[in-house]
Parts: sequence; C-alpha cells; structure tokens
Amino acid sequence: MKKLRILFNGILKENPTFVLVLGMCPTLGVTTSAFNGFGMGVATMFVLMLSNMLISLLKNFIPDMVRIPAYIVVIATFVSIVDLLIQGFVPALGESLGLFIPLIVVNCIVLGRAEAFASKNSVFDSMLDGIGMGLGFTLSLTVIGAIREILGSGSIFGFQFLPETYNILIFVLAPGAFFVLGFLMALIRHLQSK
Amino acid sequence: MEYILMIIACVFVNNIVLSQFLGICPFLGVSNKLGTALGMGVAVIFVMTLATLVTSLVHVYVLVPMGVEFLQTIAFILIIAALVQMVEIILKKTSPSLYQALGIFLPLITTNCAVLGVAIGVTQKFDIAAGNYILQSVVYTASTALGFAVAICIFAGLREQLELTGVPKAMKGVPIALITAGILAMAFMGFANLV
Repeated sequence: MKKLRILFNGILKENPTFVLVLGMCPTLGVTTSAFNGFGMGVATMFVLMLSNMLISLLKNFIPDMVRIPAYIVVIATFVSIVDLLIQGFVPALGESLGLFIPLIVVNCIVLGRAEAFASKNSVFDSMLDGIGMGLGFTLSLTVIGAIREILGSGSIFGFQFLPETYNILIFVLAPGAFFVLGFLMALIRHLQSK
Repeated sequence: MEYILMIIACVFVNNIVLSQFLGICPFLGVSNKLGTALGMGVAVIFVMTLATLVTSLVHVYVLVPMGVEFLQTIAFILIIAALVQMVEIILKKTSPSLYQALGIFLPLITTNCAVLGVAIGVTQKFDIAAGNYILQSVVYTASTALGFAVAICIFAGLREQLELTGVPKAMKGVPIALITAGILAMAFMGFANLV
C-alpha cells in the first residue's frame, strides 16, 4: 500500500507541472503536439528513474560537500545515453525535441527528486518515485500537447479529425503554450479549492 | 552589418524566453519587482557570455579535435557549474559592491537552462570550418542574454501593475503570470520577419 502511494504521489498529489510548477521550459517548449509531449515525458521518466536508482545506490558513498556536482554528473550521463538512443532509434522525435533533450540535465524535477527523495530512501522506493514523477510529468505534457494540437490544427496524435482547412495557428506557436498552461493551472486550482 | 542583424534577431525576433522557451524559471520566479529583474538580467548577460566563451573554446580545442562530442552535455554542465562558483568567489573578493548587487542571483543561474541551452545551441548553429566561430558564438550569446534581460524587465513592469488589479482567485500568481507572458509573446511575434 505504501509503495503504491509513492508511485501515485507524483501523478496527482505532487504533480510536477501543475502543483510543484517545476520543469517549465520543456513543458512550454515541446508541447506543440500530443506526440512530442509524450516523447519528452517518456525521455524524462527514463532519466528520472535511472538517476534516482543510481543516486540511491550511491547515497552512502557520496560526501555531503560534493553531492550536487556528483548528482549532476550522474544525471548528465543518463541524459547523454537517452539523447544518443533517441537520435539513433527515433530520429524524427529527436529533430522535433531538438535542444530540449540535452536540457533534461537542468530540469529541476530530476535534480529536485535526487535531492529530496533518492538521497534518503531505498533503491526500490526511489525507482517507484522516479516512475511516478515521470508518469505525472508525461501525463501533463501529453494533456497540454493534446489540447494545443486539437485547438491548433484539429488533430490528435497526428490523426486529423477536423477538415484540413481548420487551423488556429496561435495555439501551435509560442503564445498558445503560455495560454493553455495558464488556463489549465487556474482550472486545476479552482477544482482543488472546491 | 551581419552582427547588427544578428543582435536585432536575437533580442527581438527570436527572443530566448518568449519564442524559444529557455530560462522560464527565473523569468517567472524573479520578476516580481523591476529592480530584482534588472539585477537578474545583468547577471545573466555576464554569466551567459562568459560561459559560452569558455564552452566554445573547450568545444573547438578539446572536444572536436579529440572526437568526443558525445561528452558535450556532461562537459558543458560541469564547466558552467564550476564557472558560476568561481565568478561568485572572485566577485566576493574583488568587488564587494558588485557582489552585493549580483550575488544572490549567481547560484540561481547554474540551474538556468538558458545558459546550457545557448552553450549547446551555438555548437549546432555555427560551423567551426566557416571561421569566426568563437566571435560569432560570443556575439550571439551576448545578444540572446540581452533579449532575456529586455523580456524579464518588461515582464516585471507588467507584473508590478498586475499586483494592483483584481485577479480571480484561481488565477492569482503563476496562472495569470503565464497568461501575461502569452500576451507579451504575441506582442513580440509582431517583430517576426523584421530581419
């Protein structure tokens, strides 16, 4: 039961995007379509899970003074692995995410979980926390991406369900990202305060 | 002429915050007051230019000759973290007044994705073989950072006004800030095709 709670904590109660407001750059930058949001979420989840596990394993060996640089090296290693894997196996996704894949290194969620959770808990719990947080992040990115894709070009996951002539370009461009995220966040707060 | 166009393009047309979505965290986090926003802007211009100068030197003279470009992410983030620490120590010793003004922003900048983003971005944007690589990178970075400073100062001004208006309860804080940023991004879209 406790394990399940760790897993679901990141999805709803401490959702990294809507509740903790972490990792805003990729959230706004890559969510031009549902698929891009989903891809970014999965890449981040992979890094989160593995870095949480390794940091949890190493927590007794890393001196307190140098723990942040040590965490950054661990995270950067996994990010480089993910970057190369995406470039090798899904080059189309790599092209649309571009710069934001190496930037997972400075995503506050990853370092934040390493510091707040993995450095204090067991390997298995840290893995669950990484998966939960990653799923929460993936979910929010996919939702934002889907809304922008539906409003902007009338399709979802590339499937066109409105006529080709339909498009509200603003939702695919930069301002749309700010608007969609702002309104979604306000909606969630409104529902929570009830 | 080429460089003037590049500066205009980086500051207004491809503004780093409002059209490339880098550096959103400080953009939302330290934009409550115009004074702090200005301090953050200046600190970012300083650190970002210095960081790209060092990372592009490392890129040209270490990573590329040795054929280890895949270590780029790890190398750059370590360089930036070390550099920020060093700048902090040097400023503290040599110029206490400047340290007073910029000091609190320096640790925040390490985790600013804009610094790493631009350092990696210039290696993809410019070609070493074409020559002038380092000069181009530094001018590009300095003007991109200037774009960040311009955006954060305008945004802080807007948010100071926003404090005085009646915002619906659920929209207070981050949501209304995001929507304001969206409108600002729309305004900056007016600069498209300028260069």
